[in-house]
Amino acid sequence: MAIEIEKPSSVRLSKVAISKTHGEDSPYFAGWKAYDENPYDEIHNQSGVIQMGLAENQVSFDLLEKYLEEHHEVSSWGKGAPGFRENALFQDYHGLKSFRQAMANFMEQIRGGKAKFDPDRIVLTAGATAANELLTFILADPGDALLVPTPYYPGFDRDLRWRTGVKIVPIHCNSSNNFQITPEALEAAYQSAESMDLKVRGVLITNPSNPLGSTIQSSVLNDILDFAVHKNIHLVSDEIYSGSTFSPSEFVSIAEILRNRNYKDAERVHIVYSLSKDLGLPGFRVGTIYSYNDDVVTTARRMSSFTLISSQTQHLLACMLSNHEFTQNYIKTNRERLNKRYDMIIQGLKKAGIECLKGNAGLFCWMNLSPLLNEPTRQGELELWNIILNQVKLNISPGSSCHCSEPGWFRVCFANMSEQTLRVALQRIHKFMEQRKVCSVNQ
Amino acid sequence: MRLIVPLQGVVQGRGGLILGSLIPCALFYFLQLYLKRHRSPKPQSNPPSPTTSSPKLAEMTRTSSRSNLFSRSIGQVRISSRAISIAKLNESPYYIGLDKASEDPYDRLSNPDGVIQLGLSENRLCFDLIEKWMSENLGHSITGRDNGELNINGIATYQPFDGTMELKLAMAGFMSHIMGGAVTFEPSQVVLTAGATPAIETLCFCLADQGNAFLVPTPYYPGFDRDVKFRTGVELIPVHCRSTDNFALSITALDQAFNQTRKHGTKIRGILLSNPANPVGNLLSWEMLYAILDFAREKNIHVISDEIFAGSMYGNEEFVSMAEVLDSEGFDKNRVHIVYGLSKDLSLPGFRVGVIYSFNENVLAAARKLTRFSSVSAPTQRLLVSMLSDARFIKEYIKTNKRRLQNMHALFVAGLKGLNIRCADSSAGLYCWADMSKLISSYSEKGELELWDKLLNVGKINVTPGSACHCIEPGWFRCCFTTLAEEDIPVVLERIRKAVENTTDLLNSS
Repeated sequence: MAIEIEKPSSVRLSKVAISKTHGEDSPYFAGWKAYDENPYDEIHNQSGVIQMGLAENQVSFDLLEKYLEEHHEVSSWGKGAPGFRENALFQDYHGLKSFRQAMANFMEQIRGGKAKFDPDRIVLTAGATAANELLTFILADPGDALLVPTPYYPGFDRDLRWRTGVKIVPIHCNSSNNFQITPEALEAAYQSAESMDLKVRGVLITNPSNPLGSTIQSSVLNDILDFAVHKNIHLVSDEIYSGSTFSPSEFVSIAEILRNRNYKDAERVHIVYSLSKDLGLPGFRVGTIYSYNDDVVTTARRMSSFTLISSQTQHLLACMLSNHEFTQNYIKTNRERLNKRYDMIIQGLKKAGIECLKGNAGLFCWMNLSPLLNEPTRQGELELWNIILNQVKLNISPGSSCHCSEPGWFRVCFANMSEQTLRVALQRIHKFMEQRKVCSVNQ
Repeated sequence: MRLIVPLQGVVQGRGGLILGSLIPCALFYFLQLYLKRHRSPKPQSNPPSPTTSSPKLAEMTRTSSRSNLFSRSIGQVRISSRAISIAKLNESPYYIGLDKASEDPYDRLSNPDGVIQLGLSENRLCFDLIEKWMSENLGHSITGRDNGELNINGIATYQPFDGTMELKLAMAGFMSHIMGGAVTFEPSQVVLTAGATPAIETLCFCLADQGNAFLVPTPYYPGFDRDVKFRTGVELIPVHCRSTDNFALSITALDQAFNQTRKHGTKIRGILLSNPANPVGNLLSWEMLYAILDFAREKNIHVISDEIFAGSMYGNEEFVSMAEVLDSEGFDKNRVHIVYGLSKDLSLPGFRVGVIYSFNENVLAAARKLTRFSSVSAPTQRLLVSMLSDARFIKEYIKTNKRRLQNMHALFVAGLKGLNIRCADSSAGLYCWADMSKLISSYSEKGELELWDKLLNVGKINVTPGSACHCIEPGWFRCCFTTLAEEDIPVVLERIRKAVENTTDLLNSS
């Protein structure tokens, strides 16, 4: 028998597979691991880690449950399952017309009727994660760049860059003006990209902002759109938290800005939306791209073959979102409850001597712990984050994972737990701050 | 003209003639620019509607390239080159035929002159069984009952992107069952995706870089061109199979294609197989599977085995999964990845449920992370856990499905034979691979497409021409018969007969 010479045994994987661009080695995700290993439970594990790093909305489940209880037929096609087989066979990337119509209506309701949406411009994707990636594939080639204001959602590093090969160039914002985007910052980012020989293809904003928890002002939106027009690039507005604005009048969608301009320059604007935050249904995997550009709509639709929404889910949600009584009540009640939670956490933090950025939307607040840092650096921030994770047993997201240029800021989620759990978290923070005061007095 | 002459008079001197012509031209140009900039926009309360949903693709391509050319001068914003090339792919007859059939679908009662769809491999034979199961079991299986309380919490919140453990368990069991019970699948090696389409794409992203290639036997499923190439930039190298040996794959052909491609400087990263094959419907034997694994070992490349039709057997052969051969022989399992899904065997394409099954921990780790872009919807997961765990139902379903498939296949193939159209030998799938080469005017792709066009526009039946499947021999067509009822078969045959009426061979049918 011939002796087999050992060839290099492992068969090769792609660059995408071995790349670290998925970012799961960062503290943002390390905190999750700590939580998974020792999760807080009101009854069974009161000393566990409280998850405050997950932007999930659990405050309005009862409304959803009540609807489903009263409308069995939407989740079972009714007695004898009429329409089931058509639904089971339906894999058209245009998506169910009734569902697109319902989504368009829902998006209009959230904006108080101040913008109109055409169902034929809606492209459905399995989540906003897929929507953002898809748009990046369409708007930019590998090696091109998108400008994204900091601080931004850590997931963008993965969603916009991993498989697309596109780069992110940050638009630096800072606390001197509440982290608002300025024309100077936009221009600086553009120049920075140019100096690295990168072609800028678009600006991607999140409005309301994650992690800031605040809406972008009308004047700033106009500046950003003007900038995009001037540079002849795209503008993507991720409005996934639009229904989570505490007061409806405070949110201005890019759709309204366009309407005010009679849709001039609209062909460069694309809106991303999803039901994961406003409706608290991330498990359903429902995202949309709304584009004013025909080519983008057509291309996105074809590309959505890789990320279609289950027809069963489309059917269920089409029924639910077409029920105006339900949606009106839901939107209103959800806002009120989020507002209440926000007030609760802000007051609680204030009592503990912690300031937050003034917020008006989202499922989190942007907390300023810079006075507590040993040194005003990323390292100092990570040290503090570690203490909060391991001693105070709270998983919060450090600003550095959001690419914030100023150390010491943290994103704290408040909607993914019961009020009781939030109280426990605030007590822990209070205690921690008290102990630090004692320590510093004794030094 | 009237403007130029007086100006010439005004601008006297050496440059007069030139300046006198230039100035009015310049003025004219600036006037146009001014008018363009200040043209008052039509007042619009609604955003402009997009152009009709299925634009002629040649025009679409032209529009895109126009916007590319003029992006700097007129100000039209640019889209990526990837996006532009996607437009080109939809020019295939495979997609054009699908569109046409869906625009004017045949219905025995309400639209008897509509286009009969034989181009979409969908199984409509057993919906009655599923509907019965739904009405007996569905109840609250979506929202679930937790201690009698309705509980949406279990499905509303973020789930593991690669699927819940319950569904992975149920799926592993189902796959084993449907493939004859000869192999056990491990739930921990199951990665769930929103359909087999993203399963294939995700694997390509994991196994190959842009510019690398996969070998794929022809004829192959037209969708592979999209799934493999669209966004990954990975190439497909055809390995031609011929009718002389019933389109069986040969290692010699694989080897030749491998060497040819390498000579051109392209790296082959793996082989992409469909087993059961689409569009031919034949099976890979144990010996062949072994030989492929041996070849892959020799070249140190991956093997992707798309086994999505494993449960759609009608022939007498036994289906052998790549996993079965791996189990018994001492091959390195790290190079083998199986794709599966519920779109064919369980007729649920709309629900978007696909599987990547791999033995390679690194591939699994990467694929799991990538499923965030294409996860199975939670209510669907919950419904399927119920359905797939119902062993009695699954057993009855598999049995009945096979029987009905056998029946339809036999009727359809016999019918075609009556028209002197023979089909390739096949044991599985929802289609047959028909040889209509005697009916085409010229033995070429052009002749084949002419026949396809005649069948579609005159005969009003949509079948998939072999060229869309990259078949090297013209005249072969894939005909899916599982969207038909028995009564529809004579209608189809009559339409084929009518469409090719003037072809002598049909008249000489034995």
